[in-house]
Amino acid sequence: MNQALFILPEIVLTVGGIAVMLADAMMPKAASRKSLGWLAVLFALAALAASLWQYRLTPGTAYFGVVQVDAFSVFFHVIIAGIVLAALLITLDAVSDSTEALGELYALILFGAIGMMLMSSAVELLLVFVALEISSISTYIMAGFRRRTGKSPESALKYFLLGSFATSFFLYGIALVFGATGTTRIDAIAAAIGGAHDPALLYAGIAMIVIGLGFKVSAAPFHVWTPDVYEGAPSPVVALMSTGPKVAAFAVLLRIAYGAFPLLHAHWVPILWWLAVISMTVGNLGALRQRNVKRLLAYSSIAHAGYLLVAFTALSQEGIAAASFYAVAYAAMNVGIFAVVSHAGGYDDRLTLIDDYRGLAWRSPLLGGAMGFFLISLIGIPFTGGFFGKFYVFAAAIHSGMIGLAIIGLINSGIAAFYYLRVATAVFSRPAEASPVMAVPQASMPLLLALFLTVAATLILGIAPGGILSGARAAAATLPALSGPAAVAPASEAAQR
Amino acid sequence: MLNDSILTLITFVPTAGAIVVTLLPRKGRVIPAFTLLVTLVTFILSLHLPAHFDYARHGFQFEVNRPWIASPAIRYHLGVDGLSLWLVLLTTFLGPIGVLVSWRAIEHRTKEFYFLFLLQQTAMIGVFVALDVFLYYGFWELSLVPMALLIAMFGRDRGPRAALKFFIYTFLPSALFLVAILWLYAKTGTFDFVQLQSKLAAGGFAPEALWWVSLAFLVAFAVKVPVFPLHGWLGDVIEEAPTAMAMVVAGKLGLYSIFRFNLGLFPAQARELAPLMIALAVIGLLYGAMIALAQKDMRRLVAYAILSNLSFCTLGIFCFALTGLNGAVFQTINEGLSGSALLVLIAFLYERYGSFDMTHYGGLAAKLPMLATLWIVTTLALVGLPLFNGFIGEFLVLSGSFAVHPGWVAAATVGVILSATYMLTMAQRIFYGEPSSLVGSRPPFDLGLREQLTLWPMAILMFAMGVASPYWIKAIDSEMTALASQPSEMNGASRSIVVQGYDASDHGSVQPAASGVKP
Repeated sequence: MNQALFILPEIVLTVGGIAVMLADAMMPKAASRKSLGWLAVLFALAALAASLWQYRLTPGTAYFGVVQVDAFSVFFHVIIAGIVLAALLITLDAVSDSTEALGELYALILFGAIGMMLMSSAVELLLVFVALEISSISTYIMAGFRRRTGKSPESALKYFLLGSFATSFFLYGIALVFGATGTTRIDAIAAAIGGAHDPALLYAGIAMIVIGLGFKVSAAPFHVWTPDVYEGAPSPVVALMSTGPKVAAFAVLLRIAYGAFPLLHAHWVPILWWLAVISMTVGNLGALRQRNVKRLLAYSSIAHAGYLLVAFTALSQEGIAAASFYAVAYAAMNVGIFAVVSHAGGYDDRLTLIDDYRGLAWRSPLLGGAMGFFLISLIGIPFTGGFFGKFYVFAAAIHSGMIGLAIIGLINSGIAAFYYLRVATAVFSRPAEASPVMAVPQASMPLLLALFLTVAATLILGIAPGGILSGARAAAATLPALSGPAAVAPASEAAQR
Repeated sequence: MLNDSILTLITFVPTAGAIVVTLLPRKGRVIPAFTLLVTLVTFILSLHLPAHFDYARHGFQFEVNRPWIASPAIRYHLGVDGLSLWLVLLTTFLGPIGVLVSWRAIEHRTKEFYFLFLLQQTAMIGVFVALDVFLYYGFWELSLVPMALLIAMFGRDRGPRAALKFFIYTFLPSALFLVAILWLYAKTGTFDFVQLQSKLAAGGFAPEALWWVSLAFLVAFAVKVPVFPLHGWLGDVIEEAPTAMAMVVAGKLGLYSIFRFNLGLFPAQARELAPLMIALAVIGLLYGAMIALAQKDMRRLVAYAILSNLSFCTLGIFCFALTGLNGAVFQTINEGLSGSALLVLIAFLYERYGSFDMTHYGGLAAKLPMLATLWIVTTLALVGLPLFNGFIGEFLVLSGSFAVHPGWVAAATVGVILSATYMLTMAQRIFYGEPSSLVGSRPPFDLGLREQLTLWPMAILMFAMGVASPYWIKAIDSEMTALASQPSEMNGASRSIVVQGYDASDHGSVQPAASGVKP
């Protein structure tokens, strides 16, 4: 079998990125870069199709067993392709044509996506590390893309310094695990742990890996960079970096926790339990105090990372499926809300404070309505993806007996309603007479497409989640479940009592 | 054939209408007219329910039960019984009236208003007909959103604040409510109401855990009713909300849910909580009435009158006497009907004179005879004059509960007297005496055709429910008989303290419920 098929989406994206860069170099300097954006969109679509096609491959490994294609990696490939597609459309809409080096931005988005996709299919920790770096380096550059403003380079530098610090933690963790088990292959690590091993090295290694990935998913207490970076980076870039790399890092965390260290779950579950609780609480309480919309959404993303971590502690197939499902729901609504923020605020962040959004729904019913819809989904109102994701996560947690964690989580989601509603109230209030008229640019074709994609995804995830649920469940089935509850039908459990 | 799909139709015709509304042009009165048509069609469809309802049978009818999501096991399960039948009808009946009352009040952004209005209809009807707890929770939470948005966007100046308050008040308890639902699912493996009911009745659950679960349910519902210490949102919302929303925001959703879940799923736990709830109900009843007595602002007065009247329903529920339960359901419908009529009247008065302060009015009876007549009819219905619906409800609740808790009920009767006092005082101030300067300064316009069309159906129904109460009670009674007698069938988890209450009522006043109170 041709091994290249196992990395087909990555190949498509590589070709796409190079094509965009070459075309950029060959175009006259003054020419519009819109066509490059559409070219990138085309390649993202092709990568999406290639990812979907991978479902037809027989699951297996390629290239000396470092890349594995199975329901799990394909599921995450599809999500990432979708995110990248939407992010490109948002960039096309919000970034004005006169921006410096615009062609590079499109290429960087495609290159970053390669790393994210590889993260979800790598089963060799060194390849995971390389993929993580590919994805991170392109996001570092994109964060600093508005180099003429003060905030953007600051954001990029902060992200770069803390990010490379975290990746070195991750790398050191890999080294320690290698020292303890003599391998960096995920399945071989699990096998080695079954035999003799050095617990001290191993536990230290696991802790380092958790710290490194905790940074990437912005779980508290490794979250401090998030608000500053989101605030400074261009909004279309935040749409991508708040979802794509996070989803990929969650895939890695799932793969490593359940694939490599299933036997040590008694050790890492308490760590993730506390990470979940701290992330939800810090994220939500932090968001309450924000007046800047992008900072608020940054804290909200920390809280959502916390909800997702709740699913990890369930230790069941349902838990893994719930985490995967939540990743999709989170991506859909978060990309969606940043599409609105990017368009209304623009590349140069004309709107920053909550008060700036006052009356948005009255000035542009489309943008206001979409923003309201995504806020409703983020709050977790039924018939949206946000609700079903939360529902599924907490159902898995309660099913595994984590009632305390579920109560903490749902009280947190109640608190979260406060700050989302503050934004919603501003959006739906009548605009003040005295305030200067806020010009909302005309909705463009790419924006309409991006909004359609994200609204449709959020609605489908809430109303007819069947297809994506079975995808998530198939993904979960490729990882070993660690405890009984999911295998035992709930009814029979009740009968036993 | 129609019996299978009728509930789906009633629930989702408004949604379909809402989608069409987004496509209509913003010209003239196209959008309100279309919305009126949609709500009328929904109402006419819902008339199918009482026409084909089998009154002799206990249990759910017109059921639809299809798988929706395979795992978690969520079903699309709808159905009505004697409890929800009239509440669905009340909701669809108030639909066209809500449109008519907003006809002139909402001039700008009509598309947004009627879109959300129709979504709200779907959510409310859905709450009454959903028999899968997940689906029910979906409609329950969904009903918050259009309501909050409508209050924020179309309310008066402090609308956004009121909307926020309303949302937070109702959303926070819902979070714990969801934990309780998920716990039930983890233990029973089903969200289906009927299956949950039989599994819970079979017993075998830790009583402490069930107690907490039922409390989580009850608190979420009590906020929505609202029950006494949780009523903080009510005053602001009634004051700020557009009339069409103020009409439906309180009462029926929460009270229905208490009947359905707290009495239906957790009968023993509900009886344990009864002493507390009865005390809160009587306090709320007197507290609401006394504050209403002191109000000069008409909407504030109505808000506290609503609190007082709804506490009356809560009292009827938690005395667990069959007659009292019947009365509580009847009174829930009354409150939805007469309370709405009063809010509509106040809105019409405000449209004419621009003031909610009743001291600004006087001597209107001679100038606006039609408005005055309908106002007095509504007032009399609300204070419980025989021949009107309010009398039936109050009589049933008081007579049923008196046998169980004479002390509390005696205190509640004081509330009834107070309600007559503030309602009649308001009517007297506005319509009698010397015409005030405000009244004198404007030419009198009595009710127009649209306004008459809004009010007369409600007035006629108040009278019809007063003189032909058995027609309504017969469906309610069969359901309430099951709820009132449930704990005796219960085995296992009965730690019930208040079962004596049920026994007492059994010997007392069960029989006359259906036929004995015809005035």
